[in-house]
Amino acid sequence: MSAYLLRRVLYAIPILIGVNLLTFVLFFVVNSPDDMARMHLGVKRVTPAAIEEWKRERGYDRPLLYNERGEGLARFTDTIFFQKSLALFRFDFGTSDSGRDIGYDISQRMWPSLAIAVPTLLVGLALNVTLALTLVFFRATYVDFWGLVGLVALMSISGLFYIIGGQYLVGKLLHLVPISGYDTGLAAAKFLILPVVVGVVSGIGSGGRWYRTLFLEEVGKDYVRTARAKGLGEARVMFGHVFRNALIPILTGVVVILPLLFMGSLIVESFFGIPGLGSYTIDAIQRQDFAIVRAMVFLGSVLYILGLILTDISYTLVDPRVRLE
Amino acid sequence: MMVVLWTDALLWLVFALGLGYGLYAARRPHLRAPWRRVVRSRTALAAAVVLAAYAVVGLLDSIHLRAGPRDQGPYAGEVVSLLDRLLTPLRVHQEKTYAAPFALHLYARETVQGPDGRPLRTWPRLRWAPEGVDEAHKAGHILRLALKGVLWGLMAWLAFWGLLAAALARVRRATFGGTARRLVRGGDPVPWPTLLGTAALVLVVAGVLAAWAPHYHVLGTDKVGEDVLYQALKSVRTGIVIGTLTTLVMLPAAILLGIAAGYFRGWVDDVIQYVYTTLSSIPGVLLIAAAVLMLQIYMSNHPGEFDSLVRRADLRLLFLCLILGITSWTTLCRLLRGETLKLRDQDYVQAAHAFGVAHFTIIARHILPNVLHIVLITLVLDFSGLVLAEAVLSYVNIGVDPTMNSWGNMINGARLELAREPMVWWSLAAAFLFMFGLVLAANLLSDVVQAAFDPRTRGARR
Amino acid sequence: MRPWVAPILLLCLWGLAGCDDGPWNDPYPASEAGRAIYYSAFTERPKHLDPARSYSANEYQFIAQIYEPPLQYHFLLRPYRLVPRTLERVPAPRYLNAAGEPLPPDAPEAEVAFTDYLLQLRPGIHYQPHPAFARDAQGGYLYYPLAPGIRDGLHSPADLPVTGTRELTAADYAYEIKRLAVPWLHSPIAGLMGEHIQGFADFSERVRGLRPRPGEWLDLREIPMRGVRVEGRYRLRIRIRGKYRQFLYWLAMPFFAPMPWEADRFYAQPGLKERNISLDWFPVGTGPYRLTENNPNLRMVLERNPHFHRETYPAEGMPGDRAAGLLADAGRPLPFVDKAVYSLEKENIPYWNKFLQGYYDASGIGSDSFDQAIRFGAGGEARLTPALKAKGIRLTTAVTTSIYYFGFNMKDPVVGGYGRRARLLRRAVAIALDYEEYISIFANGRGRVAQGPIPPGIFGYREGEAGIDPYVYTWAGGRAQRRSIAEARALLARAGYPGGRDPATGRPLVLYYDTPASGPDGKARLAWMRKQFARLGIQLVVRASDYNRFQEKMRKGTAQTFSWGWNADYPDPENFLFLLYGPNGKVDHGGENAANYARPEFDRLFERMRNLDDGPERQALIDRMLEIARRDAPWAWGYYPVAYSLSHAWLGNAKPNLMANDTLKYRRIDPRLRAASRRAWNPPLLWPLGLALAALVAALLPALRLYRRRERETAR
Repeated sequence: MSAYLLRRVLYAIPILIGVNLLTFVLFFVVNSPDDMARMHLGVKRVTPAAIEEWKRERGYDRPLLYNERGEGLARFTDTIFFQKSLALFRFDFGTSDSGRDIGYDISQRMWPSLAIAVPTLLVGLALNVTLALTLVFFRATYVDFWGLVGLVALMSISGLFYIIGGQYLVGKLLHLVPISGYDTGLAAAKFLILPVVVGVVSGIGSGGRWYRTLFLEEVGKDYVRTARAKGLGEARVMFGHVFRNALIPILTGVVVILPLLFMGSLIVESFFGIPGLGSYTIDAIQRQDFAIVRAMVFLGSVLYILGLILTDISYTLVDPRVRLE
Repeated sequence: MMVVLWTDALLWLVFALGLGYGLYAARRPHLRAPWRRVVRSRTALAAAVVLAAYAVVGLLDSIHLRAGPRDQGPYAGEVVSLLDRLLTPLRVHQEKTYAAPFALHLYARETVQGPDGRPLRTWPRLRWAPEGVDEAHKAGHILRLALKGVLWGLMAWLAFWGLLAAALARVRRATFGGTARRLVRGGDPVPWPTLLGTAALVLVVAGVLAAWAPHYHVLGTDKVGEDVLYQALKSVRTGIVIGTLTTLVMLPAAILLGIAAGYFRGWVDDVIQYVYTTLSSIPGVLLIAAAVLMLQIYMSNHPGEFDSLVRRADLRLLFLCLILGITSWTTLCRLLRGETLKLRDQDYVQAAHAFGVAHFTIIARHILPNVLHIVLITLVLDFSGLVLAEAVLSYVNIGVDPTMNSWGNMINGARLELAREPMVWWSLAAAFLFMFGLVLAANLLSDVVQAAFDPRTRGARR
Repeated sequence: MRPWVAPILLLCLWGLAGCDDGPWNDPYPASEAGRAIYYSAFTERPKHLDPARSYSANEYQFIAQIYEPPLQYHFLLRPYRLVPRTLERVPAPRYLNAAGEPLPPDAPEAEVAFTDYLLQLRPGIHYQPHPAFARDAQGGYLYYPLAPGIRDGLHSPADLPVTGTRELTAADYAYEIKRLAVPWLHSPIAGLMGEHIQGFADFSERVRGLRPRPGEWLDLREIPMRGVRVEGRYRLRIRIRGKYRQFLYWLAMPFFAPMPWEADRFYAQPGLKERNISLDWFPVGTGPYRLTENNPNLRMVLERNPHFHRETYPAEGMPGDRAAGLLADAGRPLPFVDKAVYSLEKENIPYWNKFLQGYYDASGIGSDSFDQAIRFGAGGEARLTPALKAKGIRLTTAVTTSIYYFGFNMKDPVVGGYGRRARLLRRAVAIALDYEEYISIFANGRGRVAQGPIPPGIFGYREGEAGIDPYVYTWAGGRAQRRSIAEARALLARAGYPGGRDPATGRPLVLYYDTPASGPDGKARLAWMRKQFARLGIQLVVRASDYNRFQEKMRKGTAQTFSWGWNADYPDPENFLFLLYGPNGKVDHGGENAANYARPEFDRLFERMRNLDDGPERQALIDRMLEIARRDAPWAWGYYPVAYSLSHAWLGNAKPNLMANDTLKYRRIDPRLRAASRRAWNPPLLWPLGLALAALVAALLPALRLYRRRERETAR
């Protein structure tokens, strides 16, 4: 197994290089170093000399991918791409174009993102699973039919409406929680309620439906029939057998997205004014801060690959028949 | 004079492909069976009728004409669609600024010259408010129009019923009267009453809207006085284009690479896996942002190639489909690879191999037909997600062109309106309703299609 | 929602909010209730808090309260007037000839080779407490060098326990001027000051090679700058080349705030920059406030500087100020508010709603969200809706010192140039662009139609008939009346485009319009623009691009028509008319004249006007310049935005001042009224939740029967 893991990790390296190359090409075509300089030096009274100075200072005066004047290996190493990408692999994200240390900012902004994402995931999971189990329990009755229609309807509403509606209803009409904002420590709780509720509600549709399918699949299996034949009540069958056996796909499904929770939610965070990584990314896109976007892409890719590896491991843990080779 | 935009051509291609597939499937029993299951579901049939209504709007909006030289005025030489022609009253009935649904007056007060020449502070009457109707007579007028609309709708429905019965009677070699009665009473395995009921609903709604629209702004007007109903209808095409073309444009690549990876294995598999893992590990939003910004730069550097706003917006839409496709084709590719890996070991494929049949022939004859259902399920499943994604992307300003009508742009424009005092809610409500209708119908249909085609869940359904 | 979720949710809510009697949706800690704290918001995180670099309003919002440049604008008096801030008096220019000998004040401009400004500081002004000043018993600096052990756990300078202070000296101002010249600090005004301050450019060249490595410090005190001389502890002499009247205005901007060398040295220590501890994030000033919490992702908190020198509320105001209660605090020591909390608020809806709920004391100036809160009275004056008036909210308006204009690229072959044909075309467009409608739709009445580049409140602006652009307006019935569209069409026909058609092709004239517009309103704006041109029969092709691309087009001069704006640095007509000054052309000289307008006569008049004192002579010159520009119509003048700001009844001294950024010290809060209002406006509403819960239970009751049946079925 450790050999397998090692191979997976090594395999991640070419992927990350590919990711870097792709984003690099995309973003530099979009945004030449001159543009970046202008963006950050402001609008009024910018001289060409100041732009050159800015570029030199941040190492953007090198050629992009291939240095004609270099010798030997330096042709490739003395370029913006090489200089800016290599450090990422050491998780040294450098400074953003506005001069702040990205690594420090990420370590600070990770927590608010988690504070929203983890409760949303847990509450959502509990709610969706109970809901799905209830529907499956009542399968082939009007409860199941209308429940499913309700889920599909919930799924068909754009996430933007949940946010706008939630803020309007709970924050403005009912005056129950602050409309937006954030605080550190325990005081954050009252700010988190609304985004978490919105996050959970907007996930009910697809989540509930997905778990319902899972449970339905289990219900059709032989062991369930056996259990019923033993004379167990339907509720016992549901929670004792069906739920327990469906845990494997549920858990592995959760494990895949676990690492990505760090990345936060782009829209929810900027609507509710939560200083997490999601709003960090959106800001960076809008201000075209290339250094931050590149760091976030890299981080996202690493976490994605991590999620894949974790899934593989979790398969072996919950199901001994699966062996990694 | 016809003008063919890229997405027009592709949308009609989708339509043609759909028809072609229908004919193809109708001849083959193993394909006809699952479709029969779909058609016998009441939800699916109702959803299909609603989707067909949306599709008609979208397709009508995909035939573009250049307004001829006889057309004088500011619209001369402008590219308009067939739908625009049909909706001409909606298109040209522009007010100055906000007006509530069915309003006769603007939403905000303004200073106007009073009859005595003194400035007067009042709500000015709308430019296109129905003549001779005031607040007292409004309700009656609206009701009369509605009745007229219901009548139109019912007439259209009767025609539809008759046509359907005639066609069915011909196929079944039965009498027209008997078939027509069976259609409303039911008794066939296909739930015809559901179909007719939904059709009646759609047609009556369309009739009533058609009766109201020339006289009132049914869903109000937006900030510059454009009719919101018109915007919402124009947005249908954008939604459909994004929902279908996105999967379609990357379909050849996904099928080719997915099957190649599963079939040839070895280094081909390694390379293809590398490509799609790399692509799928990049957070989608960032990739889309970069690509859309890049397109903008290309456009501003080559202004000559985009002679009109319509063409520019169209190209951006197509590009958005492409880039959304790039971020989403990897899932399909992976599924196809897995399925091909399984199929490859089947006896009949092995046998074909042993007989020395060429790889291409094996793929075309044995593999491709057997993975098509995966493609179909993905196509249907992705549709609604993509329509929803458009709204979010437009919110972040990396969606469709800002001059293009789309639900995302409507929501984006309307989000400041909710904070107004008093609130302007109709743009948001219109976008919500139209989007909800399309996505709900698509979701309901896709559920049934998936269940019908996917043997795994079929057994689980009771 | 599952039945058990709602009660738990309610329980949580109750647990969180129920322990005090404040409103449940209060975003601030209960401990802050009842204190004189000013609550506001910022919409974008500041990029630089270093006074040498900062050049935007959202940064000045903070640093102008912390740093004290030598001069400031009078809070109440209009037109805007400079008064001393840390100085004894506003310095008077002293003219010198090339040999350095003094000249009389009325010496002709050609003879003046230099101007001296003598800055006389008031003694006894002290810096805020800061660890950079902290000393040990022997008089050595406590935190220089910083022990690595202390440094590693540091998140902000406030983590260091001991602080110190020092008196403000003239050398601190000199230090900052030198910082402006340091190339690696990228001060946005380095280029401009290099033209004016003697020895500034030479200094830049000299230090260029001396850039310290990370962790090292360059002592700028040891490198002299010729034009900046420290003459004693409280005296500073700045020498300007030639005459530059506007220099005094710059002395009121944070660029010229004092910088203690200790702070610069402190932040230069190794390892601090990596923790984002730098002058760009942690300012050190002498002002009424200091930054005590610096979290640009969440909130910025200013607290009273305990060492703030004595400054009193102005005793002099405009007529009407006394009636408005603006002089009630005259002579009292500033500041009044103990603490100011600025929260990050990126979306408009929550911002506006929180203001209505009483959690922000004033709405943001220029915010788009409260358009409909305002109604216009019969005379066109703005009024609040009754609902807002009932809450005690007050409205103040002020025409900003900025302009949004529609420009023509004068280098363009179709719309540009100084021939008759293009001029008539431009004038026709200027008439057709109905900015009155634009203002009412897009700015919701918050704007005034411009008649020229100079906004009201700036010298050179004329009210009434004398001030209108006669080519676009007529004066009728006591007000300016836009000329009719028929007149515009006639002009267009005279220009050779009858009906908007180009006779060469027989097709409608096509014009291109460049704009960085995007966002919610973009589409509507562009549609409006096209509609205006369509009235003339001209087809407008809109080329929207992102701001970078737009700027690039402007630099290269490839745009045909465009919209842009300008926000004044200081209240002087020079700062507006230079937007049309030939040698300031964008394409040829990289200046701010985006229309690339170049008229030798206009330029000559400009050069004479810029250094004159305000008076009839200057007014006459400006009138002549305006006439030239109006005739040529390089811009359709567009409009001057009017800043509307709403404030709650408990916020005192809220007169808008568009030039001064340091107005926080004048504000006054009535915390008791505020607490009562918040309670009254935010009663938690619970019954809808209960209703929803009841509905859910009711829907599930039949399912219970189903449940029993199913249990029986399977158990059988």
